[in-house]
Amino acid sequence: MSGVNLHGIWAIYRTEMARSIRTVWQSVATPVITTALYFIVFGGAIGSRMSHVGGVGYGAFIVPGLIMLSLLTQSISNASIGIYFPKFTGTMFEILSAPLNAVEAVVGYVGAAATKSVVIGLIILATATFFTDVRILHPVWMVAFLLLTSLTFSLFGFLIGIWAKNFEQLAIIPSLVITPLTFLGGAFYSIDMLPQPWRTVSLFNPVVYLVSGFRWSFYGLGDVGVGASLAFTAGFMALCLIALAWIFRTGWRLKP
Amino acid sequence: MPAILSIEALGKQYKSGHKALEGVDLSIERGEIFALLGPNGAGKTTLISIICGTVTRTAGTISVAGHDIDHARREARQRIGLVPQEIALDMFSTVLNTVRFSRGLFGKAPDPAYIEEILRDLSLWDKRNARIMELSGGMKRRVMIAKALSHEPELLFLDEPTAGVDVNLRRDMWALVRKLRERGMTIILTTHYIEEAEEMADRVGVINGGRLLLVEDKDALMRKMGKRQLTLTLQAPLATIPDELAEWSLVLAEDGLRLIYSFDAQAEDTGMPALLHRMSELGIAYRDLDTSRSTLEDIFVNLVEKAA
Repeated sequence: MSGVNLHGIWAIYRTEMARSIRTVWQSVATPVITTALYFIVFGGAIGSRMSHVGGVGYGAFIVPGLIMLSLLTQSISNASIGIYFPKFTGTMFEILSAPLNAVEAVVGYVGAAATKSVVIGLIILATATFFTDVRILHPVWMVAFLLLTSLTFSLFGFLIGIWAKNFEQLAIIPSLVITPLTFLGGAFYSIDMLPQPWRTVSLFNPVVYLVSGFRWSFYGLGDVGVGASLAFTAGFMALCLIALAWIFRTGWRLKP
Repeated sequence: MPAILSIEALGKQYKSGHKALEGVDLSIERGEIFALLGPNGAGKTTLISIICGTVTRTAGTISVAGHDIDHARREARQRIGLVPQEIALDMFSTVLNTVRFSRGLFGKAPDPAYIEEILRDLSLWDKRNARIMELSGGMKRRVMIAKALSHEPELLFLDEPTAGVDVNLRRDMWALVRKLRERGMTIILTTHYIEEAEEMADRVGVINGGRLLLVEDKDALMRKMGKRQLTLTLQAPLATIPDELAEWSLVLAEDGLRLIYSFDAQAEDTGMPALLHRMSELGIAYRDLDTSRSTLEDIFVNLVEKAA
């Protein structure tokens, strides 16, 4: 037999999706409740006293940032747990002994994690429409950013899952790096609102580019150019792919 | 037809400098049961893990049915099923789902009839919808076997299949292995229960300190290295062994009540009839006589001690 092990990819994808469906209520309820809370606090209580940002009401302004916040954390946690779990239970031997190459394994695991993130992103978007008036100027770009971000950060999560030796390490990157960067990355404000030098400092925060590009697809306004957003996301994805290729070639943290 | 498994000059050295395997050559024929014997830490599991791709090697080549495990990875891997020593399962999954998953992972299209057959063979069909966590230890072990068989491999590795398993389950396991062999499966098992190798294997390999000390047909090994022993229980104790019996190099035991004669089991003339004849001439009467044959275990201990 030659070609691609489609049955293998499908087996991983289906099993990973089944794992999410087993916990479907946590998977869906958490983002819906969290989003609702953000809208009540930021959109309703604080937003009503805030002026419009770039001609968009504050409630609507934070929608892309909120979705991005969930996309990043969900993609990372889904993908990292997906590959950490077999390491933890010892079932990794089966994946390693299977006639499956690195690309096929990654497509299965990362594909499933990204699918779940996209679904959650869309659920948050749907929840947001109950609280505020959401317009989407560039729907194709919106979907493109949604997919690209989910895939990229699922790849990143996959790397974390391989790197992590315990559950603490699994949680440390999302909580100590991603969440702060997202809060400081313009999810709830435009970086134009910041005084110098913080505005310039913010340009070194990768999440700024993600949020900005995504917000541009909604309202046509962004802190940085949409090209820069795309280039950044694609570049980060390339970095993750290079790291993964190296891991699978050397067996780092996978094989003694 | 090429050998189902061919290993040449295999070596594994860990970064710490520890050599887990060194210069291992081995060829396995289709349809045989091969037992890899060795004390704990001898390199049995490392050898299996390298063939199955869960541990990297540092030297040598391996091919499965003529397919190099690096250059024709898929062709080689698809032919192998592995049942590791430790039970490792997704406890939340059901029996049926986890077995289906394994089949898919190894690139095979779903085949519900075949999956049903192996689950029935392993007495797991009634539990097919049970979650793994609800199963007993013996059942979990059978699920591991079902997963390894799910993609119809030609070569099955059983790493310590009966370690920590009760007597009945061990007998069941042996029966299963024989059934698989009848269907043409090649089986390589590691064990430190010599009884197991003696019971099932066609050929035996002894490994210690990362080196394969010997590979032999089991019966030939038993013949070649086996010793027989004749024990005579005397009616009256002897103070010393009479000079007339010196040529048999006997051992006197239990206050002179027991005479022990060890001899080579495969020798043309065992010397036993002559000994008994001489004893009756000397008037040494015995109440009982007993002969025993050394087991694979004695042979194994002997080999490992010699190598040490």
